[in-house]
Amino acid sequence: MPNTMPTGGDRTARVALIGAPNSGKTSLFNALTGSNQRVGNYSGVTVERKEGTATTPGGHRLSIIDLPGTHSLRARSPDEEVTRDIVLGAYPDVPATDLLLVVADATHLRPGLRLAQELKRVGIPVLLVVNMIDIAAARGIEIDLDRMSAELGLPVVASTAVRKAGMAALHARLDRMLDEGLAPRGALEWTHPTATDLRAALREADRVIAASVRLPAAPRTATSVIDTVVLHPVAGPIILLGLMFAMFQAVFAGAAPIMDLIAAGFESLAAVVEATLPAGLLRSLLVEGALAGVGAVMIFLPQIVILFLFILLLEDLGYMARAAFLMDNLMGHAGLHGRAFIPLLSSFACAIPGIMAARVIDDRRDRLVTILIAPLMTCSARIPVYTLLIGAFIPARDVIGGIGLQGLVMFGLFAAGVVSALTVALAVRLVFRRHEIPAPLMLDLPDYKLPRLSGVLLGLWQRAWTFLRRAGTIIFAASVVIWVLSSFPLPPEGATGPAIDYSFAAAIGHLVEPLLRPLGFNWEIAVALVAGLAAREVTVAGLATVYAVSSPGAAALGTALAAEWSLATALALLAWFIFAPQCLSTLVVIRRETGRARWMWVTVVYMFTLAWLAAFATYRIATLLGG
Amino acid sequence: MEYGTLDALVSTTTLGAARKGFRGTVVSVLPIEGVGRLPADEMERRLVEMGFIEGAEIEIIHEGPIRRDPIAVRVGSATVALRRRDALAILAE
Repeated sequence: MPNTMPTGGDRTARVALIGAPNSGKTSLFNALTGSNQRVGNYSGVTVERKEGTATTPGGHRLSIIDLPGTHSLRARSPDEEVTRDIVLGAYPDVPATDLLLVVADATHLRPGLRLAQELKRVGIPVLLVVNMIDIAAARGIEIDLDRMSAELGLPVVASTAVRKAGMAALHARLDRMLDEGLAPRGALEWTHPTATDLRAALREADRVIAASVRLPAAPRTATSVIDTVVLHPVAGPIILLGLMFAMFQAVFAGAAPIMDLIAAGFESLAAVVEATLPAGLLRSLLVEGALAGVGAVMIFLPQIVILFLFILLLEDLGYMARAAFLMDNLMGHAGLHGRAFIPLLSSFACAIPGIMAARVIDDRRDRLVTILIAPLMTCSARIPVYTLLIGAFIPARDVIGGIGLQGLVMFGLFAAGVVSALTVALAVRLVFRRHEIPAPLMLDLPDYKLPRLSGVLLGLWQRAWTFLRRAGTIIFAASVVIWVLSSFPLPPEGATGPAIDYSFAAAIGHLVEPLLRPLGFNWEIAVALVAGLAAREVTVAGLATVYAVSSPGAAALGTALAAEWSLATALALLAWFIFAPQCLSTLVVIRRETGRARWMWVTVVYMFTLAWLAAFATYRIATLLGG
Repeated sequence: MEYGTLDALVSTTTLGAARKGFRGTVVSVLPIEGVGRLPADEMERRLVEMGFIEGAEIEIIHEGPIRRDPIAVRVGSATVALRRRDALAILAE
């Protein structure tokens, strides 16, 4: 049996990246693999699985897996369990790892060095990568890599993942290791560390640092200066609120010109189709079905991009952990964990990543509550509905100091989502969790980092692409289905009313309408809501299709709605959308993440009940006030 | 018991009750069973993982906006946010 593993052209070395959260592991993964990466899920769990391939300058092929960040192999959450199982070679469909790249933050070496010691006992060759060496150098931190390697008993190499040149040393070292051949897998000596083991490992890490690192005298870093303002007891919450408000103003006002452009593009496309095709079913399908439906949703792309831009920037900047710090006490009163802030904020973009991000909460019950309320946060799919209704029914005038009324209503709707989520969490706490002791909060506040443009752009592109793909598939299909339902059966000869009155859609709408009539909803809304069960933004596509079919050649959808509905109906529909679980994918993810269909049904029932009650109250009050 | 040890005990405070600006050295990390949701030994391991070990230099650099909770503690080159309730387990001088 050969005692070294054959490498080179005939064999791809399997490399696993492992490191503490915030160690720059993901940017290192991006630097190594470039665009040769794919994101999926581990079978059975929804932990994100990032894999990529790379070829070193020396021609060695690498298959690289980016493991979820972890402080140790002790596995406290589903994420960390996956990391542990892959490292220990116990994960079913991932082949055994040949080399572990342990990523340590050069400005904060302790957790990485401690983890490296733990991984030494696993029996797989380990290479310690001291990442972000440029930032450390700029702060005057001097690291003697040879000394560190000798003290630690592991090969050590420095890198700057965000620069090409910063990867040269790592690439050279990988080539050398692979040329020489990696050591075969040794015996597994890892055992669950006790508190004493952890203390010893930490002291050992401190010893290595003391021997090999020279720190500058009392550095007052930019981070601590910024934090005196950002975490200030008074200024901090004001800044947080201001940031949220700026985000929603940008989403609403900033996106308008581009949205007009997209709308104009779709209108001219429809005009081209109308000019080329003779009037008939095909033209109706293309213009009133596909183009009206997809176009109505596509114009919201700029808003979704702006929202994600804010979220990605704040995340990369390191602000999210600060927001969690500021919100912890408030959220604690509602029975939520401070860490729940990040999943809930992601839910502003989409509940699905938000629900998946709830995995960072290791307490099972805290996590469950977070998952159940995440769909109440105003996700980007609600924006199309809100924008349409606000644009049609709320006058565009300034209230005070240049703040638009429309932006204010939008902000109010977002606030209503947050308040109702916190209220539901509080109710759960008061009813079911009265005598529970809260789970501990331990949150790393990382140093601020300037976001990398390429990373943000990659993230934005991934989100925009997901949205476009949805518009091209689910929403396109739903638009066509709604068109078919609202066009057939064709009206009888000599019919007087609009054609849609004789269609299947009208039948479905009339069937559901009695349930929704107390809310001031007509059967057209009922059709759109039934269609919108697939996804919220389909409701807009549905309304566009239903109203385009019932009155062809009508002006913009908003104008049509303003003419057809009362203000009370519009407000009731807005209230409905704060609560209604109009998104099948979210429900499926809740089922998958909680492992029980029961929690999915709990979500469906409680959210529809709240939606109905809120819409009912809104409609009645608005009617009384003369809406 | 030597008097020196007693003096050390007298001059210790729990991190959970300390105010912003407090600087000190960790004397012991000893969660008490039943105070938190986690078993005491698990709590101890997590605190150690975050860098709280005997002899570590710590400083409270920020307090939360409501009831001065949570606190942000500088420990080594890291900053860790803790709730005061959880920080009670850390004795410092």
